[in-house]
Amino acid sequence: MGAGANPVMDGETVGMHQVVIANRLTDGIVVFLGRDRRWVERLDDCPAAETSEEADALLALGVEAENNQEVVGPELIEVQVRDGGVEAVKMREAMRTKGPSIRTDLGKQAGN
Amino acid sequence: MYEYDEFDAEFVDQRARQFARQVESRLSGELTEEQFRPLRLMNGLYLQLHAYMLRINVPYGCLNSTQMRKLAHVARVYDKDYGHLTTRQNMQLNWIKLSDMPEILLELASVEMHGIQSSGNCIRNITADEYAGVAAEEIEDPRVYCELLRQWSSLHPEFSFLPRKFKISVTGAEKDRAVVKAHDIGLRLHKNPAGEAGFEVFVGGGLGRTPFIGKSIRDFLPTRQVLSYCEAILRVYNQLGRRDNKYKARIKILVHEMGAETFGDLVEKEWAEIKEGALEIPESEVERVRGFFAPPAYESLPDEDPDMAAKIAAEPDFAVWERQQTAAHKQPGYTIVNVSCSPVGKPPGDISSAQMEGFADLADDYNFGELRVTHNQNLVLTDVRKKDLFPLWQKLVSLGLATSNHGLISDTICCPGLDYCALATARSIPLAEKISERFADQARQEEIGEIYLNMSGCINACGHHHVGNIGIVGVDKKNTELYQLMLGGSAEEDASLGKILGPGFDEDGIVDAVENVIDTYLDLRENGEKFIETYRRLGPDPFKDRLYSAPA
Amino acid sequence: MPLLKNAEVIEDPYTRVPGDDALPAEGAVLVDLARWESDREALIARDSAIGVRLESSQAPAAIADDLDQIALVALDFPAFTDGRAYSYARLLRERHGYRGEVRAVGDVALEQLHFMDRAGFDAFELGSDQPLEDWLTAQSDMKLWYQPTGDERPTVSQLRRR
Repeated sequence: MGAGANPVMDGETVGMHQVVIANRLTDGIVVFLGRDRRWVERLDDCPAAETSEEADALLALGVEAENNQEVVGPELIEVQVRDGGVEAVKMREAMRTKGPSIRTDLGKQAGN
Repeated sequence: MYEYDEFDAEFVDQRARQFARQVESRLSGELTEEQFRPLRLMNGLYLQLHAYMLRINVPYGCLNSTQMRKLAHVARVYDKDYGHLTTRQNMQLNWIKLSDMPEILLELASVEMHGIQSSGNCIRNITADEYAGVAAEEIEDPRVYCELLRQWSSLHPEFSFLPRKFKISVTGAEKDRAVVKAHDIGLRLHKNPAGEAGFEVFVGGGLGRTPFIGKSIRDFLPTRQVLSYCEAILRVYNQLGRRDNKYKARIKILVHEMGAETFGDLVEKEWAEIKEGALEIPESEVERVRGFFAPPAYESLPDEDPDMAAKIAAEPDFAVWERQQTAAHKQPGYTIVNVSCSPVGKPPGDISSAQMEGFADLADDYNFGELRVTHNQNLVLTDVRKKDLFPLWQKLVSLGLATSNHGLISDTICCPGLDYCALATARSIPLAEKISERFADQARQEEIGEIYLNMSGCINACGHHHVGNIGIVGVDKKNTELYQLMLGGSAEEDASLGKILGPGFDEDGIVDAVENVIDTYLDLRENGEKFIETYRRLGPDPFKDRLYSAPA
Repeated sequence: MPLLKNAEVIEDPYTRVPGDDALPAEGAVLVDLARWESDREALIARDSAIGVRLESSQAPAAIADDLDQIALVALDFPAFTDGRAYSYARLLRERHGYRGEVRAVGDVALEQLHFMDRAGFDAFELGSDQPLEDWLTAQSDMKLWYQPTGDERPTVSQLRRR
C-alpha cells in the first residue's frame, strides 16, 4: 500500500479515488486490491488511492500479483463514496462490483 | 444424430488432457495470460465481467437427452444452476472456475461434448437450420454436411490461427432459418436442373461493426466438394485476410475490399489445384454419415389427430400454444414443436438446470430422445406425434417452457450484454424484459404477427440487431445507456441490413419507441402484411415521422 | 538459437545473414527473400547450403521455381497468432513438392508445435528455455487428426476404413 492512502471517508468530496480491480486467476471472480497486498472480494474492504502516485503504486502491485499468477487483468477504476458505501463510477465497473442486474440473487450483491 | 466412434471419443479425450496440461502450466506460471488466452479461447473459455464463461458446442444445434442432462449437471455442480442458449446454437455457462475446467471437460467428453473452437481465431461451431431433417419444404438434410464440416474443421492444422473468427452456416430448405447470408461462409443446398443437390456458396457475410450481406461466389457446388471448396476459401483468407487491425480482419472485409468477383476467382484458382485430392468426399462416406441422420422409427399415423379439435375446444391456452408453436413436418401425424425460452419478463435464452432436466425427459418421452437449439435462443422438438401435443404442452407448462410467442415480438434475440459481457457497452437483457412486459398481451402479439426483434448490448452485434426487423443496439453515452433503433433488417433468404431510424433513446424511451413503431405499422399495414413487408413498402419515413416529429 | 529437429535439440548449421550483410567465407547461410532475389548467382556459386527466410507476408510462390537450389525455407511468425505460415508450409510441401527443411522461426510457442508439425514444418527455432520434454509433449499431445495434409499420417477417415 502506498503511504498516505486512506479509506475514502463518507462525506468526502469525490476526487480522484481509485482502486485496483482484477479477476482472480483460479476462479475468475472479481477482486480488489486491499490492504497488505491481499485481494478482497468486496469493494468496501478496499482503501482507495487519492493521488496519481498512489494509484500507480497500487497498479504496480496489481501487475506484480498478475506476474505471480494471482490475478488477471489488473486495472485502476474510479470509485466514489455514496450513502456510506463505496461505488464504482463507471457502469461497467459498477456491474463488476455487484453482479448481473437481472439476477440479483447472483454474485457479490447476493453474497454468492 | 451423429454418434462418436472410438476415434472421435479419443480425439476429444486427447484434447481434454491437453487442456488440463495447459491449465496446469497457466496456474504455475509457465504460460503467461497472453500465451494462454488463445489456448483457453480455443476450448471455449472466456474471462467475462464476473467470472470465466464457458461456451459449450452444440454441433449444428443437435443434442440428445443424455447430453442435456449432463449440461444440467455441469450447470448445477460447477456453475449457478442455469445456462444460456446463444445465437450460434451453443450453450454458455457464466460462472465457471478455471481450476474446474479439466474436470468439466472430462464430464462433457463422457457425453461427446466439448468447447473446442467455440471461440478463438479459428473455425467456430457449424450452425444449421433447426428444422433440418424434418421441415416440410426441405430440399435436403444439411446435417450430413454439417457433420463433415465439423470434423474437417476440428483442430485444422492450417486454419487454427486465422486473422479472426470464422463462422459457417448451412441450410437445406427454401426458408433460411440458419442466417446463411450473414456468415463468413453460408451454404445453401438446392437442386440443379438435373436434380442433383449442390450448394450455393456465399462468402463475406457478417454483422458487427461493419455488417455485410454475403456474396454468392458459386451458384452450384457439388456436395462432395464442400470440404475442398471451403479449404480453398479458408486458404485464400488465411493468407490475404488483414492482420493489421482486429476490426478489419474478418473475411467480409477482404471480400469487400478486393471485390467478390476477384475473391471468387482466387478461390476457384486454389480449388482447381485441390478439388480432385483427398478432400473430395467419397460417396460411401457421405452415405455412412447420412446413416446417422436417418429418420427415426416413425409410426404410420393419420395426418390429423382426430381428438385435436376437442382438446383445443377444452383448453384455450393449449389452442393458442398449438397454433403458435407448431410447424409443418414431412411425416404425416407428426409435427415440429418450438419451445420458447423467452418468457415474459425473463432473460431470453436462459434455462435452468431443472428445466434442462425436465426437458430431457420430454425429449425421451415424445421426441426419440433428441432436441435442438435454435439461433433464436429457443429449443425445438422435431418429431412429436400430434396426438402427444396435449400432454407435452401440459408438461411444458409445468416447466415454464410453454410461452406461446414463437416468431412474435416478445420472442426476441438478446445478447447477454453489460450484465455479463466484457465487451458490452450497455445492458440488453433488462430491455428485452421490459419490452416483453410491454407486449405481454397474447392477443396483441398475435395481432402484430410475425416480427423479429433483435437486440445487442454493443456494436459487436452478437444479438444480431442488424438483421432484426426491428434492431436495437445499446451504446454508452457519458456513462449512461443510449439505445439506437434500426428498422428493416431480415435474417432469412431475403436478408437485409436494418437502418438506424434517428437519434437514440434512453432505456424507457426505447420501449416507447418500439411501441410507436408497432402502432405505426398496425395503422399502415395492408392486406395482412407482416411488419417487414409494410416497412419495405413504405420505407422509414412514416416511422420517423411518428417517432421524431414534434408533437402537434 | 537452439533448434528442435527430429526430436532433438541441435545447433543450427546455418548462419543467419540479414539484409545485405557480408556472407561468411564458407558454410550454410540463411538469407532474406530480397537477398536471394538480388544475389542468387553469388549464393549458388558459394556451393554451400542456402536457406531463404520468408516474412509472413511473403508467400512461397516467390521461390517456387528455385526450390531445388534451396535447402532450407524458414517461415517467420512475427507473432504466434499470425498463422499465414501454416498455409505457406503446406503449399511448399503439397503444391511445390518441397523436400528440404521447413523451419518455424520467430514467435514459436510450444503449444503450436502439433499444428506446425502437420502443416509440414520439420524444424523449430525454440523461443524459450523450456525443457525438451515439454516441447516433445506439446508436439504430440494430439495423435488423431481429421484433416489430410502432406504428411503420411492417416486421418481418422482412413483409420476408420482399416
